[in-house]
Amino acid sequence: MNDLSTYPSAVPLLAILVSAASVPLIGISARRPNLREFWTLLAAGAKFALVLSLLPSVLANQVAETRLFQVSPGIDLTLRADPFGVFFALIASGLWILTSFYSIGYVRGLKEKHQTRYFASFALCLSATLGVAFAANLLTFIIFFEILTIATYPLVIHKQTPEAIAAGRKYLAFTLTAGVVLVAAMAAVLQLTGTLDFQPGGLRAFRDLSPVAVKILFGMFLAGVGVKAAIMPLHAWLPAAMAAPTPVSALLHAVAVVKSGVFGVVRVTDFLFGPETLSRFGLNEVMLWLAGSTILLASCLAFAEDNLKRRLAYSTVGHLSYVVLGAGLLSPSGLIGGLMHIANHATMKIVLFFCAGAIYVNAHKEKISELDGIGRAMPWTMGAFALASLGLAGVPPVSGFVSKWYLGLGALEGGSVAVVTVLLVSGLLNAGYFVPIVYRAFFKQSENFNSIGEASAWMVVPLILAAGLSLLLGLMPDLFFHFFSLAKQIAAQVLEVSNP
Amino acid sequence: MIEANLPLLVPLTFLIPALLIPLIGLRVPGAAYPLALAAVAASIPIAGFGLFRVIAGGPVSYTLGGWEAPIGIEFVLDPLASFLTLLVSVVSCLVLIHARHVVSVEHPDKRVPYYSLVLLLLAGFCGIMATGDLFNLYVFLEISSLAGYGLVAIGDKRSPVAAYRYLILGSVGTGFYLLGTGFIYVMSGSLNMADVARILPHILDQPPVLAGLILMVTGIGLKTALFPLHFWLPDAYSSAPSSSSALLAPLGTKVGAYVLIRILFFVFDPGALEQRVPITSVIAWLSVGGVLYGSLMALAQQELKRMLAYSSVAQIGYIGLGLGMATPLGFVGAVLHILNHALMKAALFLVAGNLRVQLGHSDIAAMDHRLSRQMPWSMAALVVGALSMIGLPPTAGFFSKWYLVLGGIQGSHWVFVAVILLGGLLNTLYFFRVIERVYLPFWRGPSGRAAANGGPGVVENREARFSMLAPTLILAAALLVLGLTSSFLVNRVIHPMIPAGLL
Repeated sequence: MNDLSTYPSAVPLLAILVSAASVPLIGISARRPNLREFWTLLAAGAKFALVLSLLPSVLANQVAETRLFQVSPGIDLTLRADPFGVFFALIASGLWILTSFYSIGYVRGLKEKHQTRYFASFALCLSATLGVAFAANLLTFIIFFEILTIATYPLVIHKQTPEAIAAGRKYLAFTLTAGVVLVAAMAAVLQLTGTLDFQPGGLRAFRDLSPVAVKILFGMFLAGVGVKAAIMPLHAWLPAAMAAPTPVSALLHAVAVVKSGVFGVVRVTDFLFGPETLSRFGLNEVMLWLAGSTILLASCLAFAEDNLKRRLAYSTVGHLSYVVLGAGLLSPSGLIGGLMHIANHATMKIVLFFCAGAIYVNAHKEKISELDGIGRAMPWTMGAFALASLGLAGVPPVSGFVSKWYLGLGALEGGSVAVVTVLLVSGLLNAGYFVPIVYRAFFKQSENFNSIGEASAWMVVPLILAAGLSLLLGLMPDLFFHFFSLAKQIAAQVLEVSNP
Repeated sequence: MIEANLPLLVPLTFLIPALLIPLIGLRVPGAAYPLALAAVAASIPIAGFGLFRVIAGGPVSYTLGGWEAPIGIEFVLDPLASFLTLLVSVVSCLVLIHARHVVSVEHPDKRVPYYSLVLLLLAGFCGIMATGDLFNLYVFLEISSLAGYGLVAIGDKRSPVAAYRYLILGSVGTGFYLLGTGFIYVMSGSLNMADVARILPHILDQPPVLAGLILMVTGIGLKTALFPLHFWLPDAYSSAPSSSSALLAPLGTKVGAYVLIRILFFVFDPGALEQRVPITSVIAWLSVGGVLYGSLMALAQQELKRMLAYSSVAQIGYIGLGLGMATPLGFVGAVLHILNHALMKAALFLVAGNLRVQLGHSDIAAMDHRLSRQMPWSMAALVVGALSMIGLPPTAGFFSKWYLVLGGIQGSHWVFVAVILLGGLLNTLYFFRVIERVYLPFWRGPSGRAAANGGPGVVENREARFSMLAPTLILAAALLVLGLTSSFLVNRVIHPMIPAGLL
């Protein structure tokens, strides 16, 4: 039942190209903002529809494949919409629609400059993200991974303040170095195994290599994708990148870019090296240690941040490592939990960033200590904030609970009490750094917000929709998008178990 | 009929108009440019047909005056030679389209000698590629070198000095080559490359043969600006007129690299040679120095053309590394990098030319973010060229580095792999320094405040005219197209070039 059959189809390619095609349209409509935003929304809708159209066949174990041309002898540029790819593409393209609406409200509310460059880069980023999702081999993956790096740079430096430019430099220094490490590791894999194709369960050739070679290669790969996944100590670019406009932080630094990183971690561990190789060489232990310490450290660092977005960034660093942890557990429930957390964290964190942006646009406050009483002025916004932050702490019935539950189950299956402890402690820490914000907003008083109300509907509606989605995904994880079925399918494929 | 004459056709397409231009130009100075452009444009289909013919049907040989090979002078068009000839034709055509306005701005009274020298230079380049004779190669080398000195000397006030240095060192280089050829001739009794290659295995242990080889490689190394013989290059390229440097930087050093390939891999057998003198290893290790030194020096430059010149030193290092690895994939990477670097350097030097014409300077320190508004297309070309130099996919630069890395791993040269990748990161540093200045209003720097307050630097400049913009953008677009089609090129065109000694 786990055998996938592929069929040729142009849909994966179209899904990637549709937003790239909107870039020139956005460019020539620079003088007519309404038309320009129409292109963005059209591209977002079309992209999501295309990805959604792939879902039924994937659930029936039918995988769409676009085989383009050869890029290196023996290696084609190939796109394959396998369950994992569709899973990630659904999240990224679905949340892009919400973010597009929100962006319009945000940039117009703040009268941002360079709006055309902003929307064009955004569209290009989404193309690259879907390319990462659908890449069928390592070379294709890295090509899109690097395009994503470059396409995100204009968004990081968007404000063009010295702070933003410094953040941009830091971002490039981390990500381009990581790219170089990935290229070297990829060349070595090609030379040693003769193939770069992703396969569920990994390449068998790795099992015959010398332990030293496998360990070095794994270290290079983990460092290469770990930068975007913000695994400590490679996370420093992410808090700095909060200098970007808030919608960018919301979609790219909670969904597209960082999730491409953890997506890469799962691709590399489960589709290149494979669980068997990992456990044979004890490499999953390394992942567990790194992920566990990142979760705890990042949560502690989040306490120290008074800047709301930077606190959210450290929270993201911690939550990304939940996914790494899930991949490192090598048990079906653990993997399902990790994968579900890609979707759940994305919806919840995007709500939090949307809230931070709404506060910034309306009240021009960035610091948590200045938010006393804002809940009365912006009840919907802060209500959504409260819901999402409880979800991240793992309180049922919000979706964060589901992924933590499965991660916990996975840890117990593997008999790892330490991991369970990490999960519980981290839940408490999450509550510890989120609850005071909610408390300030609703139960403290101040005169600061007497004259303001909710942000524009462009911003509040996407925010509430996303919050509602995270609640629904908590109650019914398989709703609409079949995230749970997909996760189960992926775990079954990768771990070669028929019924996890 | 035409096919048999193919090897000599392209050099003659350049040589005959080169001699006609001074004659006609004395009466009608305006005819110089159309003649030169017509010659270069005509060479493209001939070179293209040559490549097509050679790939389809194998090498074409032509003996001058009907004297048979070891005695007479043979011209041979093989895949490597025909490919690089086409490259020279295409790049020089684009540069010449661009040059029309640049020349009329920078030195309007010297148009006739300028275009004549350009064609002589190209005739020399293509002659070097086509010839199958060691001494004849020297003759073409001198033709192109002398034309090159002239092209540098035409430039600004400092250029005669730079040209003089270039002349002295270039002559030393060609002198070394001639001396080496003499050694080989004395020992083998032949100057024909194919003939010498047949004789060499029998006399390879003779010290004069090895001494001859080392002399030739040193001489050509000087012409190629192989580190540490690069010191003439930054001065010559940065003080030459913009259109000369756009021609010399992408093509001049590549022709040197071609001669290195021809001698090391086709005349000599790298495998047999490696046991006697580790010449390929020496080249590779010197190239490591070149990559690092060139990149670091580029980082320190305050003038765009000078930065690009040092960057050339580094990029030649990449080519040297690919050759020095002596692995098939390294060879593929080196040849691909000759192509890619020629195109990206041409694109970047054309951008520098646009800046010189529009702003009157190309000082990095005096650039600011207004440039990205005034010259959006030129700056876009700069970004594409920079991304390709850094080696980011999907640009062409990524793929040549990819093959170089594969070649390094194939031969287990881990240090070389590390240097290739580190070089890419250094490229990022010096190119993003420029990109930040051009696109962002705030950057750290001594004159930053002055620029932000609307200090010196002319605001009212416009984008370069169409005849300058079009070649720049075509080259930039080619970098994207060539990236994605590089596999086709490697399979169809570069694979047949791999010398038998490497397989």
